[in-house]
Amino acid sequence: MSAAASLIPAAIIALAALYGVIKGVDVFEAMTEGVMDGLRVVLKIFPSLVALLTAVYMLRASGALDALITLLEPLLSLLGIPPETGTLMLLRPISGSGALAVAGDLIAEHGADSIVGRTAAVMLGSTETTFYVIAVYFAAAGVKKTRYAVPAALCADLTGFIVSSWCVSRLWGGL
Amino acid sequence: MSRIWAGAIVISVVFGSLNGQFESTGAASLAGAGAAVDFVLSTGALICLWCGVLEIMRRSGIMDALSRALSRPLGKLFPRAARNKETFAALCANVSANFLGLGNAATPMGIKAAQGMARQGKPGAASAELCLLVVINTASIQLLPTTVAAVRAANGAAAPFDILPAVWLSSATSVMAGILAAKLFEALSRK
Repeated sequence: MSAAASLIPAAIIALAALYGVIKGVDVFEAMTEGVMDGLRVVLKIFPSLVALLTAVYMLRASGALDALITLLEPLLSLLGIPPETGTLMLLRPISGSGALAVAGDLIAEHGADSIVGRTAAVMLGSTETTFYVIAVYFAAAGVKKTRYAVPAALCADLTGFIVSSWCVSRLWGGL
Repeated sequence: MSRIWAGAIVISVVFGSLNGQFESTGAASLAGAGAAVDFVLSTGALICLWCGVLEIMRRSGIMDALSRALSRPLGKLFPRAARNKETFAALCANVSANFLGLGNAATPMGIKAAQGMARQGKPGAASAELCLLVVINTASIQLLPTTVAAVRAANGAAAPFDILPAVWLSSATSVMAGILAAKLFEALSRK
């Protein structure tokens, strides 16, 4: 799978370009304008990345992160979740850039193809910044009583975390 | 967020001092900013690349085609919203933009759908369908998790997209769990 899988990004770009040309889209202009949008996104998250990565690095160096992981370990291993991803799970529903910072740090530290690195990636890819979405949508709709939206969304997040860990350990655990 | 951040920094200094990790904690406080720059240079560039590709897909009409394909299952899930043409179109566009990972397109459409749903229900309180829309939007249903792939590629993954089956399976299960939980809470609240 791995040799063919490495071609996926290139194939997606080629297919998008080909389909766009067939549909008569100015693909080069679309591409450059999209990149500009991406640049705005990156610029927007950069300030919080500086702040949050400073905090994450300090927490790690001080040993506080290890202490938290040790505290969470019994519960997490019961659910089959790698304890290193505990901080990512806590931060994921609250802050998108915070979760990106922690996941990026986990992937850099443990390696992109390690179990922890892969689990962090799958967790990040399969969940959203729950509280941000809830705040934006209900504020826009003028709704104050959110009823069961928060617990239901957190149920979805927790399920996503557990299934992420399970998938990664099933698919790559033997390596 | 302010409290979490300030708390994390204070805890680090206190913990570092208790642990005797004065030097490494001090060094770490200055290393984080550099790491953010590294992150933006390596991963940020790839995020830009994927935003460009997604824009090509959007302009080629892939989003509209997906929107049409999704209208039947969504009509079953949101029978009340389906009665209002404009709200329903926004809802379909929101879900298909989420599928493609077009966050910039998904949020305005989702807000439009949410406002339409709020007008249908009691003012001030969330209707069952509005809760469902929010739950679906809080559980990511992205077909191509490009940001994650960018982080993995920047850190030397052999095949950045090889996590796709795992991401799909866990997204699908988490959306399902969210919908089930919303339906369950709705049934409980009616009793």
